[in-house]
Amino acid sequence: MTEVLRSEWTKIYTVRSTMWMLVATVVTMLGLAVMASVTAVLNDLPKSPDPIKFTLGGTQLAVLLMATLGVLVISGEYRTGMIRTTLLAVPRRIRMLSGKVLVFAVAALVTSLITILVTFFASQAVLGDLGTTLGAPGVLGALVGSALYLTASGLFGLALGALIRHTPGAIIAAICLMVVLPGLVQSLPGEWGPAVSRYFTTTAGQQITFTRPVEGALGPWEGFGVYCVWIAVIMIIATIFLRRRDA
Amino acid sequence: MPPDEVSSALGGDAWIMITAKNLTKRYGSTVAVDGLSFTVESGQVTGFLGPNGAGKSTTMRMLLGLDHPSHGSVTIDGKPYTQHEHPLRKVGALLDAKAVHGGRTARNHLLCLAQSNGIPASRVGEVLELVGLSEVARRRIGGFSLGMSQRLGIAAAMLGDPEILMFDEPVNGLDPEGILWIRTLMRDLAAEGRTVFVSSHLMSEMAQTADHLIVVGRGKLIADTSVQEFIGRSSQRYVRVSSPKLPDLVPLLAGGEVAMHDDHLRVLGMTAAEVGEAAAARGLPLHELRTVEPTLEAAYMELTQESTEFAAVTS
Repeated sequence: MTEVLRSEWTKIYTVRSTMWMLVATVVTMLGLAVMASVTAVLNDLPKSPDPIKFTLGGTQLAVLLMATLGVLVISGEYRTGMIRTTLLAVPRRIRMLSGKVLVFAVAALVTSLITILVTFFASQAVLGDLGTTLGAPGVLGALVGSALYLTASGLFGLALGALIRHTPGAIIAAICLMVVLPGLVQSLPGEWGPAVSRYFTTTAGQQITFTRPVEGALGPWEGFGVYCVWIAVIMIIATIFLRRRDA
Repeated sequence: MPPDEVSSALGGDAWIMITAKNLTKRYGSTVAVDGLSFTVESGQVTGFLGPNGAGKSTTMRMLLGLDHPSHGSVTIDGKPYTQHEHPLRKVGALLDAKAVHGGRTARNHLLCLAQSNGIPASRVGEVLELVGLSEVARRRIGGFSLGMSQRLGIAAAMLGDPEILMFDEPVNGLDPEGILWIRTLMRDLAAEGRTVFVSSHLMSEMAQTADHLIVVGRGKLIADTSVQEFIGRSSQRYVRVSSPKLPDLVPLLAGGEVAMHDDHLRVLGMTAAEVGEAAAARGLPLHELRTVEPTLEAAYMELTQESTEFAAVTS
C-alpha cells in the first residue's frame, strides 16, 4: 500500500492541472479575503458580530475549485486512458482507489489549512481594529472546520469523478449537488423544505465553518458528519461500479 | 491453486506462461470473444492473429484483468493477473501507446509506475536509455509522436524486467525503422527465454517475427500452431510453368494436378525438376519454371475467409 501511496503522490504533483487548481484555490481564498478586508476598512464598516466575516468569503468558490480538483484526479485518467496503465500497475481496484483518496485527502487538507491560516493572518493585517484573533471564541474552530470542509468537498468531487468517469459530467453533478440543489430543496412544500434542506450536502457540511451555531441548522460536527455520509455513500457506489465495470 | 494450473515444464526449457480456458466476452447480444482456449509458452514469439474486430484486444484486456470475462478464466504464470503482488515485474504490456497523461514528462510517467510496483527509480533511466528516449526524458508526453509514444510504452513494459511481454498491434503507425526496431526487440526478448505475446492483423508482420500462431476470427479460435505447420497445412507448394506451347505441355504432366491459368500452368504434386525434364524430353521451350512456396499471407487469407463465410451462413 505504501508503494501505491508513493505512486499516487508522484502522479498528483507531476500534472500541471493539479498545481493550477491548487494555485487557483489559494488565490481565490486569499484574494477575496484581502479584497473584502480592504473594502471593510475603506468604507469604515462597523465591526461584524461574525469575527471572520471578512476572512473566509472565498470558501464557497474554493469549495467548487476543490471539488473540480477532486474530479480531475480520477476523471483525468479516464479521459486520457491512463486509467488502464494505472490498473495494469495496480490491478486491485479498491487498493488503487484508496491510494488516490488518501493521497488526495492529505494533499487537500494540508493545502487548505495553510491557505486558510495565511488568508486569516493576511486579512487580519489589513483589518486592524475591525479584526479578531485566533484565540477569540469560535475562530480557530471555524478556521480548522473550513479546512476540513474544503477537503471533504474535494473528496466529494473525487467520488463523483470515480462514479461518472467523465470530467464535464462529474463537474456538473458536483455543481448541482453542492450548489444548485441545496438552494432548491428549501422551496419544497410545507415542512419538507427546511427538514430536507438541513441534511442536504453543503448546507449540512458548511456548519463547521461558522464561529457560532446557526439557529435551525444542524450543529457543526453533526452537519459535517452528515456531509461525510453523503460523500461516503457516493464513494461506496463508485467503488462497487469500479470493481464490476470493464476499464 | 490446483496443480494443473501452475506452470508446468514442457519439452526443453519452455514453460506455459499464459493459459486461457473457454474465454468468452459478451457485450449485450454481441459475442466479441467466443470460448477461446489457448496457452502461450516461454522462449518464443507467439503471434495473436486475426482480422480487425476478431476480439484480439478484448482478449488481451481480459488477460490483464482490465475487462471481466463473461465466462471462462485466464491465468498468468499460474494465477489471475490481478492476484500478482507486483504485476509489472511479471508482465509488461503495451496496449495503447496513447493511453497516458500527456501532461507528465516521460520520466515522471515511468517513475509513478515504478513506484507502484516497488521498482527502484534508477530503473527509469535504464529503460529510457533502452528505448532511446533519454534525450526527451524531461519533455511532456503530450508532444510525443506516435513512434516516441510507442517507445515510451515499451519502456513502461520493460520497467519491471518482466518474464512475459504483451504487445497489442505494436507496429501500427510506425515508420519502417521503428518496425524493424520492434521486430528485433521482440526476437531478442524471446531469445532471452521470455514469453512474447503479440497481436497483429498483419500476416506479413507475423511471418517475420512469430514462431507460433494463435489465429482468431470472429472471436473463435481458428488455428493454434507453429508458423511452419500453419503454412504447410493450409496451402500447398506448386510449380509455376509458362511456355508458348502450353497445350502440348499439359498431357505430359499426368503425374500431377494441373490448373490452367491465362498464360501459365500451376502444377501440384510434381517437382520443378520433373516438370522441366518432361518438357525437355519433348523439346518444348519453357519461359518460366519455378517452385512457388505458399506464403503465410495466403494461408491466412484462406483461413479467415473460411471464418467469415462460415459466419455469414450462420448469422
